[in-house]
Amino acid sequence: MASTAEAAEAAVLSGIDPDPDASSGRRKGRTGYLLLLPAAIWLGLFFVVPFYSLVATSLFDPSGSDSKGYEMTYHVANYWTALQDYWQPLLRSLLYAGIATLICLVFGYVLAYAIAFKAGRWKNLMLVLVIAPFFTSFLVRTLSWKLILADDGYVVDLLQTLHLLAEDGRLLATPVAVVAGLSYNFLPFMVLPLFASLDKIDHRLIEASSDLYGKPIVGFFKVTWPLSLPGVVSGTLLTFIPAAGDYINAQLLGSPNQRMVGSVIQSLFTDANNYPIAGALSMILMCLILVMVLFYVRRAGTDDLL
Amino acid sequence: MTWIRRNLVLILGLLVLFYTFIPIFVVVLMSFNDPTSRLIYQFDGFTLHNWQNPCEDPSMCEALSRSIQIGLLSTIVATIIGTLAAFALVRHSFRGRTVSNLVIFLPMAAPEIVLGSSLLALFVGAGLAGQLGFWTILIAHIMFCLSFVIVTVRSRLAGMGDTLEQASADLYATPRQTFWRVTFPLVFPGILGAALLAFSLSFDDFIVTNLNAGNTTTFPMYVWGVAQRGVPMQVNVVGTLMFLIAVVIVVSGELNSRRRARALV
Repeated sequence: MASTAEAAEAAVLSGIDPDPDASSGRRKGRTGYLLLLPAAIWLGLFFVVPFYSLVATSLFDPSGSDSKGYEMTYHVANYWTALQDYWQPLLRSLLYAGIATLICLVFGYVLAYAIAFKAGRWKNLMLVLVIAPFFTSFLVRTLSWKLILADDGYVVDLLQTLHLLAEDGRLLATPVAVVAGLSYNFLPFMVLPLFASLDKIDHRLIEASSDLYGKPIVGFFKVTWPLSLPGVVSGTLLTFIPAAGDYINAQLLGSPNQRMVGSVIQSLFTDANNYPIAGALSMILMCLILVMVLFYVRRAGTDDLL
Repeated sequence: MTWIRRNLVLILGLLVLFYTFIPIFVVVLMSFNDPTSRLIYQFDGFTLHNWQNPCEDPSMCEALSRSIQIGLLSTIVATIIGTLAAFALVRHSFRGRTVSNLVIFLPMAAPEIVLGSSLLALFVGAGLAGQLGFWTILIAHIMFCLSFVIVTVRSRLAGMGDTLEQASADLYATPRQTFWRVTFPLVFPGILGAALLAFSLSFDDFIVTNLNAGNTTTFPMYVWGVAQRGVPMQVNVVGTLMFLIAVVIVVSGELNSRRRARALV
């Protein structure tokens, strides 16, 4: 501890030293590298190298096993096998995550908008209240959804009285429950970036729109919404990505028919010990998400922002 | 009616906020539940039993204390090396800035299942399949907390500028004095926030942990296990306590910064 504190001190000392050629405010020299070194080593060893191991694992010969060891045969067919066997949970994950993200966007936008524009001096308190429920354990939270959506619970009763649900209908073990759980659990990831961008909007722009006889709804779609797009983009990504990889909601609130790809990868690794296929499936998920994200960021970036 | 129309957005926002608290009400309520059967998860009657005997199932408390240990250790390590890196990124110039930014960003953007499975691939490839446990969990947690710490501290550092530090240097403070009396107190709230974030990320993690834990059980893994065979109500006691502690910390931080803001005026 002491030595790190000294290192930090030394680092900043050199940072504060008047340095004529540092017009950018950034100091040159070795200290920067030294400060970055521990974090770089950690991320290198335990993030970059593992990623390489994952790629390698996904190309191992599938006939190997944990005990016999695996042979590296550049077996690209693993990817084909993984897709053939598990395209359903894969598509289902993307679909559920997509729907949950849309629901989060609607709920989250209303909440973020209310905090940014209507909360006044209660702004900070409301922000704290947004995060507060999510400090309880993820699993405990999800378990309590299981109780709320239970077959003899109030929600099911109410929906049955309103004839929105058949007499013997249920919510648990259906896609509805899984999507509800996902959209609940990842809501703050949507609200916080949305709030950050809404809060930055200059109110005078909205006033200008109404001064020029724009209806409030027109003002919203021509001024507020385009200006909040950066928040929409980062919020949807921060919600979609973890939701697509999650399997806690599917497992606790759904049935085997709602199995998501995370659960398949997990059990291929730990129960079936089928490392090559598990690795390939993991890589496929990663690449699919990456492609969707790139495509989406480009669309969002060119549509309304310019 | 006009009142409702004018405040419609606020009312809807408060409704959404209320909705986020529904599961918390249930958790608090169930912590006082007197269940008739472990298999049926419903409210049967009021009791203080769960609060008086939190460790009725010793394996729960064992898992809980392991989670706290891992949380504290990974928070300490990630906060220290993350803060150093944040200083480097904001205050120092070096080559490879784009690559380092990418390597910092990616762990936050990758799905947890991919992070977890790639670490497992590494550990197994290194012949550590039998050694999975406390230490491999710790390594994994430090890894994913690190990016969040760096980003949090970096934004605090970048946001505060260096005018106050220049003023301090102009007033003949030594660099050491400037660091400890100006820079550090200004960055400290950011470091504290990063540490809290790291702890809650580590304490709550299931997906990465479950892949790299071997036979070791953390609190989320314990809850996962009992979810299949009947949940002891003490789990809700822990859930309630976590919620209360977090709220106290966040609210006191908020009040503190408000008091400071007032003192400045």
